[in-house]
Amino acid sequence: MTSQMGDPGQLGHFGSFGGQFVPEPLMPACIELEAAFRDAWSDPAFVDEYRSILRDYGGRPTPLTYCKRLSEELGIELWLKREDLAHTGSHKINNVIGQALLTKRMGKKRMIAETGAGQHGVASATAAALLGLECVVYMGEVDTVRQVLNVFRMELLGARVVPVTSGSRTLKDAVNEAMRTWVAEVDTTHYCLGSVMGPHPFPWMVREFQRIVGDEAFGQCNQAFGVPDYVVACVGGGSNAAGMFAGFVDSTAKLVGVEAAGGAAISAGSPGVLHGMRSQLIQDDMGQIQEAHSISAGLDYPGIGPEHAHLAEIGRAEYVSAHDQEVLDALQRLASREGIIPALESAHALAWVLRAAGKEIPAGSRVVINLSGRGDKDVAQVLSILKGESA
Amino acid sequence: MSAPDLATTLAAAKASGRKILIPYVMAGMTDDWIEVIHAAFAAGADAVEVGLPFSDPIIDGEVIQRAAIASLDRGTTAPSVLAQLAAEVFAGPIVVMTYFNVISHLGIERFCGLAKEAGVTGAIIADLSLEEIGPWANVGDAAGIATVMLVAPSTPVSRTKLIAERSRGFVYAVARMGVTGVRSELGGDMESVVGKIKEASTLPVCVGIGVSSPEQATSVAAVADGVIVGSALVQRLLDGQGPQGAAEFIASLRQAI
Ligand SMILES: Cc1ncc(COP(=O)(O)O)c(C=O)c1O
Repeated sequence: MTSQMGDPGQLGHFGSFGGQFVPEPLMPACIELEAAFRDAWSDPAFVDEYRSILRDYGGRPTPLTYCKRLSEELGIELWLKREDLAHTGSHKINNVIGQALLTKRMGKKRMIAETGAGQHGVASATAAALLGLECVVYMGEVDTVRQVLNVFRMELLGARVVPVTSGSRTLKDAVNEAMRTWVAEVDTTHYCLGSVMGPHPFPWMVREFQRIVGDEAFGQCNQAFGVPDYVVACVGGGSNAAGMFAGFVDSTAKLVGVEAAGGAAISAGSPGVLHGMRSQLIQDDMGQIQEAHSISAGLDYPGIGPEHAHLAEIGRAEYVSAHDQEVLDALQRLASREGIIPALESAHALAWVLRAAGKEIPAGSRVVINLSGRGDKDVAQVLSILKGESA
Repeated sequence: MSAPDLATTLAAAKASGRKILIPYVMAGMTDDWIEVIHAAFAAGADAVEVGLPFSDPIIDGEVIQRAAIASLDRGTTAPSVLAQLAAEVFAGPIVVMTYFNVISHLGIERFCGLAKEAGVTGAIIADLSLEEIGPWANVGDAAGIATVMLVAPSTPVSRTKLIAERSRGFVYAVARMGVTGVRSELGGDMESVVGKIKEASTLPVCVGIGVSSPEQATSVAAVADGVIVGSALVQRLLDGQGPQGAAEFIASLRQAI
């Protein structure tokens, strides 16, 4: 049987979504990249190097942790896939190691990347340092101010951070600017996109580099108890969710993606074309793209990866959303009950589980959350919000 | 209510040996944008490229980005632009330039209907690749809207042939790898891109992206059938030079080719 998250073909269509909507100067690069990835991903030596680095350097496999106290409180069995324990503190490392290796394989010496909160930027700078590549990260000017420490981290790692002053000066504009730069430098430079979005082959390639999360988790669940009833992940562009879902999509597990309420492309969006892909987008009635707003910069993207739009359309996965306040509550609850401070992004997945346990999620269900990252980057922000609340 | 047909007009220009001049104007950027189009034709433009603004223009540099934001801030929409065009009689053809979401969100059929009523006979859709052109192509053709396709320095010869075959009206030769913007030098790719297209097609070949001055227009006209000038004109309009300033600049380009 072919997988429900399989090879989307040479044109990269997931049902009516995906594709390659880029200006002609970039099309040859997309075609070259698709061929290079196809070739590399079927080359055991490449896959072996990718897996070895993620094991010896990245800290994989990450554990599957049972949450005893929260499970008792909620009346469900709650498990966490611990991507917060991967090097650089999130799942983003899986993708960048893959793309950095591919960059070298294509004979390029330079990577550019976009970043919102800075996690993908930090991961890209890390992979570039490890593999001896030059790295430039585009970051909305607003985000460079909000995430000063991550800017400094990237610089420590040897990357150059370019503040983007166009448009809304946030993640979507950082993607625009990275694409504009890529046009001019495509001969020497790979664009290391940070999520399962953009033109084909990115949504497919990034999902494949992230599926190590789902494949590991599937095996770990099997060992521990079998197939879970629910697999839950937060969704910005959708890379941690796609990687996680890929391991379970052909099983009986229900798949749930949790978007930020202020950037819910599936429930509040409509089909459209942005950043090289056809997907669900938050846009006005004239097709102008809107800004997403939430407590977590990493989910502030007005679109979603095209494969998620497809999984929603065929009903294989369900997409829900969580509000800032319940996300803050979820972060504090996981910290105080289990001793784990999640990233605000990942706390969205937990927030939905906290709300749905005993309701949409029947009592006694086995639920696995992909804890995509740790919350160290967010504690200053959380502190200032909580202080403001009590003041 | 009307404007001449793009494909017919440009084919005739090419046949007569007249070099084609296509200035770019951002629709709705200022109150007098329609006047600018009339002034452009009067100053020697063979066609005018009318930009329909999009929030995320990934092939556009700073100048056209600013123009798009200015226009959107004034409430410009594709239907409002097409309605304004429909009320005019132009001396030359109108080709719209936009991004696919602006069209697909309205609906391809509906867009083509409005564009046809507006007298639009050409469309440059920056992010609509050959791979994804399917749903648009036949509807555009049926509405008499010539789909102008781009060929870039990075486009291989075999692909150039396919793109040139699918292109209508003219083929847009991208002068250099980069976004739109004012450039002091054109770079060395322009001649080879034009050469590649000429091998593959008898359509007029017009060069754009980075062509900013009369001197550059002269060197483009020496190898291609026409030149497209965007950012350099839009910058003047952003600076408040209006239809008069636009006309003077376009006349200097006309002189140069
Ligand atoms: C920890 C964490 N989780 C999730 C995301 C959202 O990205 P994606 O939806 O691609 O997993 C980010 C992005 O910055 C992140 O840092």
